Amino acid sequence: MKQAFIRMGPALPLGLAYLTFFVAPLLMLVAVSFFADDKLTVMGLDNWRKFLFDSFHWKVVADTLLLGLKAVCATVLLGLPLALVWRGASPFWQRVLLFVAVMPLLTSVVVRTFAWIVILGREGVVNQLVLGLGLAAEPLRLLQTELGLVISLTQIEMPLLLLPLLSVMARFDPNLLDASASLGASPWRTLFKVVLPLVAPGLAAGALLVFASATTAFISQSVIGGGRLVYLPSLVWQQAMINANWPFAAVVAIVLLVSVSAVIAVIALAGRIAGGRVHGAAA
Amino acid sequence: MARRRSASEVSYALVVGGLATLALVILIGPVLVVLATSFTDSRSIRFPPQGFSFRWYELLLDEVRSRQIHRAAGNTLHVAALAAGLATLGGTAAALALAEARGRWARVADAFFMSPLVLPGLAFGLAALMYFTLLGFRPSLELLVCGHLIVVVPFVLRTVGASLSQRDPALLDASASLGASRLYTFRRVTLPLIAPGIAAGGFLAFMASVDQVPVSLFLSSARTDMLPIRMWGMMESTLDVRVAAVSGTLIFVAFVLMLVMERFTGLTKRMRG
Repeated sequence: MKQAFIRMGPALPLGLAYLTFFVAPLLMLVAVSFFADDKLTVMGLDNWRKFLFDSFHWKVVADTLLLGLKAVCATVLLGLPLALVWRGASPFWQRVLLFVAVMPLLTSVVVRTFAWIVILGREGVVNQLVLGLGLAAEPLRLLQTELGLVISLTQIEMPLLLLPLLSVMARFDPNLLDASASLGASPWRTLFKVVLPLVAPGLAAGALLVFASATTAFISQSVIGGGRLVYLPSLVWQQAMINANWPFAAVVAIVLLVSVSAVIAVIALAGRIAGGRVHGAAA
Repeated sequence: MARRRSASEVSYALVVGGLATLALVILIGPVLVVLATSFTDSRSIRFPPQGFSFRWYELLLDEVRSRQIHRAAGNTLHVAALAAGLATLGGTAAALALAEARGRWARVADAFFMSPLVLPGLAFGLAALMYFTLLGFRPSLELLVCGHLIVVVPFVLRTVGASLSQRDPALLDASASLGASRLYTFRRVTLPLIAPGIAAGGFLAFMASVDQVPVSLFLSSARTDMLPIRMWGMMESTLDVRVAAVSGTLIFVAFVLMLVMERFTGLTKRMRG
């Protein structure tokens, strides 16, 4: 035990930094949420009551979690096929595809959000196409809709799904695919019965990051979603910076923290179960 | 039987190929659209851009009219350099300790250090604002460094941890049996082996700090403005075409840096692993 403690020594500076700048602020957040007034003089559960007994707030929680799940579904729907193509590609194309997958991650989130304004706007790329082809008489309204937001988040968050997914795909034994095909399974059957269970841990790891990032993507939510779509991050922002109601903002932030963490725990557990089943079957 | 199988093969190729193509278009398209828009000659961000000019880049370089942007960019680089530097030092030391110690406590510590990656950054940003304000601090770049440090450390831990786990333990034993001290082994064996991992981690931490929104949103002020926050302001208000020029610059810089890091550290492989 003592030996282990000495070995952990070099981690001490970082541990202290985390205690001072991470754990302490989060404890402060919890403390602030138990004050009843903006000036932080009277303690009370008023702000918790205000949040919990208003169905509007529950709708915002549900909308936020649903937005995260929609982003996860959309990124999986597009990212998984891309990962499958990547697995079968030559080393050169694998490098190119990996570069393309990572590139958006290094171009700022704000830049990616801005790109979607240019694409989805009234005079944007999509509307020019739709009007030019005569598919609609009037420009489509894509900005300030949840559809537009989910499309944007799909690109903005996809690299987070691809990185862990590709790392699992890379360790995948290609003989398994041949074996499955030679036993008469169709490619679809192979996908669902062989590939998916094997890559499930990577898929879960990626889905988790996408969910965490999409639910807290304040700038994308507020710029593309606009003022009419309210999610927990914009509620936190509004209460803290515009209404200067810190205790209530703290309550909303804690709800965001707890609800997102709960969903993440479920996704992580699902990934572990799926991974465990495969390993069990192999043993 | 044979015909049905080929039909399913065709449908598989079509669906998977089609969705993968769509994924590629969605990943690359927006980047190209922004680049094209930044060279427009008009005052609107219409697509396709009207005419070709460098006027928005010229306006961006104008020291007087783009002063706020310059200051925000300077602040962002300042904070990113310090936060990434500190994260690289602390993160590398911690990764070494965790790799040495192993066991259950090391795993708990690892999960703890990695948690800012999945924790809603916005909640942490608000918490940091309350914490610093109630302790009596006024907004400053130093506070931003402290906040950024926490959210960028996981990138260093992950890349350094991965390169440590790929290190061949036989090399350490060989070095020790040849009479090298632990410090000497660290300096001459371990450090050269994990150096690319440290460099990749430091680079990712730097980029993450430049891109950081949720913490800066609460900790920055008019005086300590940060680039992403300023760009957000520009998008919300006038939708100035300079946003496209800033974006174009950021894309270009990220592209070049990424090619360099790929060459020297095999960056993409490390991110994947």
